[in-house]
Amino acid sequence: MLDLTYTAPKPKIISGAKHDWELVIGMEVHAQVSSRAKLFSGASTAFGAEPNSNVAFVDAAMPGMLPVINEFCVEQAVRTGLGLKAQINLFSAFDRKNYFYPDLPQGYQISQLYHPIVGEGEVLVELGEGVARRVRIERIHLEQDAGKSIHDMDPNMSFVDLNRTGVALMEIVSRPDIRGPEEAAAYLAKLRQIMLYLGTCDGNMQNGNMRADVNVSVCLPGAYERFRETGDFGHLGTRCEIKNMNSMRFIQQAIEYEARRQIAIVEAGGKIDQETRLYDPDKGETRSMRSKEEAHDYRYFPDPDLLPVEIEQAWVDDIKARLPELPDEKKARFIKDFGLTDYDASVLTADVESAAYFEEVARGRDGKTAANWVINELFGRLKKEDHGIADAPVTPAQLGGIIDLIGRGDISGKIAKDLFEIVYTEGGDPAQIVEARGMRQVTDTGAIEAAVDQVIAENPAQVEKAKANPKLAGWFVGQVMKVTGGKANPAAVNQIVAAKLGL
Amino acid sequence: MSIDQDTARRVAKLARIKVEEDALPALAQEFNTILGFIEQLGEVDVEGVEPMVSVTPMRLKRREDVVTDGGMQDKILSNAPDAREGFFAVPKVVE
Repeated sequence: MLDLTYTAPKPKIISGAKHDWELVIGMEVHAQVSSRAKLFSGASTAFGAEPNSNVAFVDAAMPGMLPVINEFCVEQAVRTGLGLKAQINLFSAFDRKNYFYPDLPQGYQISQLYHPIVGEGEVLVELGEGVARRVRIERIHLEQDAGKSIHDMDPNMSFVDLNRTGVALMEIVSRPDIRGPEEAAAYLAKLRQIMLYLGTCDGNMQNGNMRADVNVSVCLPGAYERFRETGDFGHLGTRCEIKNMNSMRFIQQAIEYEARRQIAIVEAGGKIDQETRLYDPDKGETRSMRSKEEAHDYRYFPDPDLLPVEIEQAWVDDIKARLPELPDEKKARFIKDFGLTDYDASVLTADVESAAYFEEVARGRDGKTAANWVINELFGRLKKEDHGIADAPVTPAQLGGIIDLIGRGDISGKIAKDLFEIVYTEGGDPAQIVEARGMRQVTDTGAIEAAVDQVIAENPAQVEKAKANPKLAGWFVGQVMKVTGGKANPAAVNQIVAAKLGL
Repeated sequence: MSIDQDTARRVAKLARIKVEEDALPALAQEFNTILGFIEQLGEVDVEGVEPMVSVTPMRLKRREDVVTDGGMQDKILSNAPDAREGFFAVPKVVE
């Protein structure tokens, strides 16, 4: 693997009335495990089912029901840990986190406080060419999701759907290594990308399958470095936790707002209360969730219904051996093997499908040309219709065929774009279309010469001007292209025009 | 460790168990008796002894990732004091 080196970005600075301030951010990302059945019951995890139909008696906390763990969920957590280059704990255990809420029938969430399945890891968060933040992962633990409460169906009642109750979540906890709103969004995007590559979470933020709690504090320049040297949180400001965010845009807005709120308080001589806050996107502000504060005493204790999770190193090694190529490695390989720029390689490895598509087009062809066609023409065209790569009506073989036609000199680059549009909208074999519609490039110099002669003969005034100002030769090239229906080889036309005008 | 009335009141509240004010001293006393017993257990030297999670040598039982349950909305809702349109209906809870 090509070793790419990165420099760390500068932290975001916000100017207060008195000082400049830096942001310190840590995130807890809840990612729904991709699995068919729930973590401790055999009910389905499918989204959008009839309310309370994907519910087993275990999920509804009926008396006497006991949880039995879904082994695949454990495997998915281990796979995610390996993808984040993290320590895998062969011994982990479940604890009960006690609180009351209508969408939590058990009265506790089964989670892993004391012995999480995954320990320390790291995520490389790129923020531009050659610039990246290394965000340390503290831990990943497995836990149950809660149900869903709907508050707007009745003026006096809340409606509860337990379909999501008991679905497996991975809580991915970062160290406070994120230093600005853009970094926070980029970190989340990178986690999402890695989990999509791994197939461990579908990353659907709109459905709430990936959501984040964001811890924000502010400090004076220099304080963060002292924290990193000593590990003493006393160097940092008091943090507030913004709960349950599932939009990259809102996360950035909320962090920005929250930082400014804290700065205003501290500069006015006040004190930040460590508390949980909620972001209101309509008002663009965060507000305190006081109701949650009292319930914060979760009285964790080991879940007596579940024995510890003991896994074998050989099993972990087997999962590791079957890991797919991950985004960082794939990007490095694309740069090395196909000679791509950092930017192009990032775009093409954004998701597995795009990367696979590109590789098929690039096989046996020039990598840079293939990248240009996939990114500029195909992605550009798909974007126009808000389509993804999966909707592409042009197969890699078809796009490769177009590139081959250019390579052989059968069509010009300009005609190739017309051909691409035909293939995109109508389909068909590019080579056959070129033949059938007479799009083949004219490389026959005799025919081009005739066309040049014709244009020169018809425009004596322009000829005089061009002789005085050779830059005007371009006008003749354009005219010749027009006469030949764009099929003349541009290089040949340039040469012949220059020769005939005596330039 | 000693449990006072305030702590007893707080524990009761966290557990959502209604305890009348005049019952708190007795409750606190019960807690203290229980904790006293636990503290006595703490005197046993367990240096180097692994915590025992089961009296018989057992391993955590695991399931495969197969959907085997669900599809019984009527049964799930049958004990609910109030259910509407397939949902449990509860007094309004809003953040």
